[in-house]
Amino acid sequence: MNCQQARLLIDAYADGELDPAGILELEKHLHDCPACALVFRNVQILKKSLKSDSLFFTAPTELRQKLKAELRPQTESTKPFRIWKWFTAVTASAAVICLALLLSLVLTRPSARQQLAQEIVSSHIRSLMANHEMDVASSDQHTVKPWFDGKLDFSPPVKDLAAQGFPLTGGRLDYLGNRAVAALVFHRAKHVINLFVWPTKEGDSEPAVVVPINGYNLIHWARGGMTFWAVSDLNERELMEFARDFGAN
Amino acid sequence: MDERERLKSFEQTVLPHLDAAYNLARWLAGNDHDAQDVAQEACLRALKFFGSFRGDNARAWLLTIVRNTFYTWLRKNRPPQNVIEIGEEGLAVEDVTVNAEILNSRLADTETIRHAIEELPVEFREIVILREMEGFSYKEIAGLADVPIGTVMSRLTRARRQLQKRLAGEFKPGAKP
Repeated sequence: MNCQQARLLIDAYADGELDPAGILELEKHLHDCPACALVFRNVQILKKSLKSDSLFFTAPTELRQKLKAELRPQTESTKPFRIWKWFTAVTASAAVICLALLLSLVLTRPSARQQLAQEIVSSHIRSLMANHEMDVASSDQHTVKPWFDGKLDFSPPVKDLAAQGFPLTGGRLDYLGNRAVAALVFHRAKHVINLFVWPTKEGDSEPAVVVPINGYNLIHWARGGMTFWAVSDLNERELMEFARDFGAN
Repeated sequence: MDERERLKSFEQTVLPHLDAAYNLARWLAGNDHDAQDVAQEACLRALKFFGSFRGDNARAWLLTIVRNTFYTWLRKNRPPQNVIEIGEEGLAVEDVTVNAEILNSRLADTETIRHAIEELPVEFREIVILREMEGFSYKEIAGLADVPIGTVMSRLTRARRQLQKRLAGEFKPGAKP
């Protein structure tokens, strides 16, 4: 590979988008060519700077309020209705709803795991919508870990991954699958990662991608008697990076 | 689904991505007022077409609509000569052999880097936002911006070189007052 070819691939390499064969060739070239290695380092520095929170524009309250007003349901039609008509309508629709519910229960009963995944995503969204990401806000793992003592019947592993680009920003208590669980909150640029942890009897497993729900990516693994669920709108690759970094000793 | 349920589902699926929608609109339009208009219009369009949303990535879907809304708005509101035409070929392999440590300290300055992004042609700017701030894969960006993956790659590379050049340029002798 010559410099000209290398320069065209350096960005894809930095983005983790290069195929395995390309990676091998490019890494060999970068090892031998200080000029291209510098270009690569500069791309990495630039990428890091572009992820800065302060470059991200958050939607102003004004816009939220305008939308809220627009999204209010239209008042229902006010055509006069006789009372018996109401009765028939209500009974008929109740019957239809019951039937539909029964059918949907039989036909689409989600597996326990799917249900849990759905619960996890809902919990993640709630934490974002209610602006209640954290009960304890701290980037210090030695503050966050003791905070859970006495609030849970287990002690979740807590680590800060700031060095890997996923700073810990806090923790909170949450309730999932009929039990209290620990939620650790991490950030990647403007993306929030919720990591839910609780004890399990399942054996250790490597981080594995779970089918995304509503555009939220999910990764699950188990280690040392704890089950871990990471959820975020971050892309799957970076979320996997996070899971590996967290799981690594 | 009745109207109330539809709205509720929309609020739960799409609205959590309002920040992402506004951020993209803000970087594309360049100011708060226009960005709010574009983001609001896009959300209302999204609601209108919510019934046809089948995918699993609501954020990508909403941002596609933001992007389309923006370009429609642009054609209506800004004279066409402000839209820079860019060719796809001619990616020069120039050296950006600036000292990495100097570049690093320069990039710590948010205002400088913000200006540098703003000065990119809009076709480059959107790819940078989608990749670096939203973390979409090349494939997702290609779908979102309706261009081939190769174009995503070359635009991203050229955008980064332009940014680096601009940021590094301030250190060239004579460039400083």
